[in-house]
Amino acid sequence: MSQTDLEIVVDDPTAPEDDSPSVVSSGTIEIIVCLLLLTLAVTLGYDNWRTGASWDATGPEPGYFPFYLSIILGGGSLYGLIVALVAHRKAAETFVTRAQARRVMAVFVPTLLFCLVMQFLGLYVASFLLIAGFMRLVGKIALWKSLLTAFVFTAIMFVTFDIAFDVIMPKGPLEAAFGR
Amino acid sequence: MEALGLLLHGFAVLLTWKTLVLMMVGLVLGIFVGVLPGLGGPNGVAILLPLTFTMDPTSAIVMLSCIYWGALFGGAITSILFNIPGEAWSVATTFDGYPMAQQGRAAEALTAAFTSSFVGSLVAVLLITFLAPMISSFALKFGPPEFFAVYLLTFCSFVGLGREAKHKTVISMSLGLLLAGVGMDTVSGNLRMTFGSAELLRGINFLVAVIGLFGISEILLTMEERLALRGHAASISLRVVLGVWKDLPKYWVTLLRSSFIGCWLGITPGGAIAASFMGYNLAKRFAKDPESFGKGRIEGVFAPETAAHASGTSALLPMLALGIPGSGTAAILLGGLMVWGLNPGPLLFVEHKDFVWGLIASMYLGNVVGLVLVLTTVPIFASILRVPFAAVAPMIVVSCAIGAYAIQNAMFDIWLMLGFGIVGYVFKKIGIPLAPFTLALVLGNRAEDAFRLSMIGSGGNLKVFWSNGLVGSITTLAIVLLFWPVIDGLLGRVGLTQRTNATSR
Repeated sequence: MSQTDLEIVVDDPTAPEDDSPSVVSSGTIEIIVCLLLLTLAVTLGYDNWRTGASWDATGPEPGYFPFYLSIILGGGSLYGLIVALVAHRKAAETFVTRAQARRVMAVFVPTLLFCLVMQFLGLYVASFLLIAGFMRLVGKIALWKSLLTAFVFTAIMFVTFDIAFDVIMPKGPLEAAFGR
Repeated sequence: MEALGLLLHGFAVLLTWKTLVLMMVGLVLGIFVGVLPGLGGPNGVAILLPLTFTMDPTSAIVMLSCIYWGALFGGAITSILFNIPGEAWSVATTFDGYPMAQQGRAAEALTAAFTSSFVGSLVAVLLITFLAPMISSFALKFGPPEFFAVYLLTFCSFVGLGREAKHKTVISMSLGLLLAGVGMDTVSGNLRMTFGSAELLRGINFLVAVIGLFGISEILLTMEERLALRGHAASISLRVVLGVWKDLPKYWVTLLRSSFIGCWLGITPGGAIAASFMGYNLAKRFAKDPESFGKGRIEGVFAPETAAHASGTSALLPMLALGIPGSGTAAILLGGLMVWGLNPGPLLFVEHKDFVWGLIASMYLGNVVGLVLVLTTVPIFASILRVPFAAVAPMIVVSCAIGAYAIQNAMFDIWLMLGFGIVGYVFKKIGIPLAPFTLALVLGNRAEDAFRLSMIGSGGNLKVFWSNGLVGSITTLAIVLLFWPVIDGLLGRVGLTQRTNATSR
């Protein structure tokens, strides 16, 4: 058999530790989610009832279908809430450990910043900053590699969407300076 | 054999340089997406969908479906070489695939996986070719009550047959249906659930939600895990391929059984995950020496891969024939159809022959090209995993943002995507299934329209859903499926003699 059996090894130096303490249990999150869904169901149900959830001369009013769906959603989340509250007394399953939460935040916060920055600097500049910053600060990858990767990827995106496929993206002062 | 003539026409539509290039691009992107951790079929299709917005519908669907085939192929690579299932439906492939790789038979296992994927899809595509036109021409006679009954059947079978806690499926589904109704009411023109917000006037776009739910949330979930991996590199030589193919006829029972299971579970919303496990378990049960499974037996690769691919492909059958997707990915493709200005449903076969048969032809061609492509390029794709996730993650975020923005050119959609990312992350962690939500969001408006039109027709009498034999039996079946766990329990207790009583409730 002409087969090279080289091993591929990739390490994850910043991996979350397995013994990290739990931040919050699944049961608690389930209770919160069910409460939020219940609130949503009541709000939407009220809005649909206000719009009109009964019958008029032409047939069902606009709120008719969604009104009954809000009742189903409300019922489902109420049931879920009770189930979660009953199960809550038993041993709690971990929703997220502290180390995991740190890693998730390490992606979520940059993504949030990316969305914010995009409003002012446009998508392409924000992408460059996100990729370069994330690779350097979170991935601890060499600065020149981070900058180069970010530049090449953003450039490919720009050429593909803006030039080849004519898909318009939010742009900022940099693109304006180049007259695009 | 009208279907054959139309299929040949489909190939004629397809055989242009432009389409073939798009096909290759789609396959490569798909395999890429399938190999990368934290991305898979539905995510890949959702993120890459915006690329197709400016294409004509046929090129667009060819490229997208090729991304899907590619992702299906790609999932097997990581399962076998790294013991990391790229997709939930490749979990069963790791049982025997990884032991084979450890024994130095990686090339053999990969060939087996790709070949059986090909066989599974082929059986499913044959089924689509001959069955879909028949179903759609039958469905042309459907009126609003029949359509609503079929939608009801889809929703009810998710609740009744799904593995998740029932109330969680109900929550997921009703939330999807509700959010689908936000914005302008299509029948009366009134505004609903917008709370005076101008941004919500357009409604909640299905694709934006999907990109958030599957793309962003998947990145968050992937980051939680240890991303270190260790695996085998393999290249496949022609001799190994021919060796595996020569033995193929010996396993025809396994292949056929798995194809059948896959097709059945793909059309009903059982899905590829259930199909792959069932295929594996049945192969094991029927084997003369079941204890040799799990130790690197080639049949243990054939069985789940064939079933998963047959299921993934046949999920497109109800989407094409009735406009009802059989899986999450099919739902996203359906969302794509609407963006390209096509109206999914049985009329598709009449009004857009080029499109439908082009798509079906592309399933044949895409699988052949895909098979050759993966067999020759495995070493390259396996080494993609060397790219650190810290470089991949922000690129995926950027692709998601481009996708979400491009749909309606709205900054609000970026925030919506981020919101759905959080929702998807939390839902997945507490076990609320996302597939019913996706399905409900894409079908919501059509289900509501069908319901209201039938109600207007009957003057508000719910009996319209039992007004003739056809609609009556679909509605009854839907209700039976909804309460299936209860009925099943009763049957077990009362005994089989009273089956007729229980099902006629």
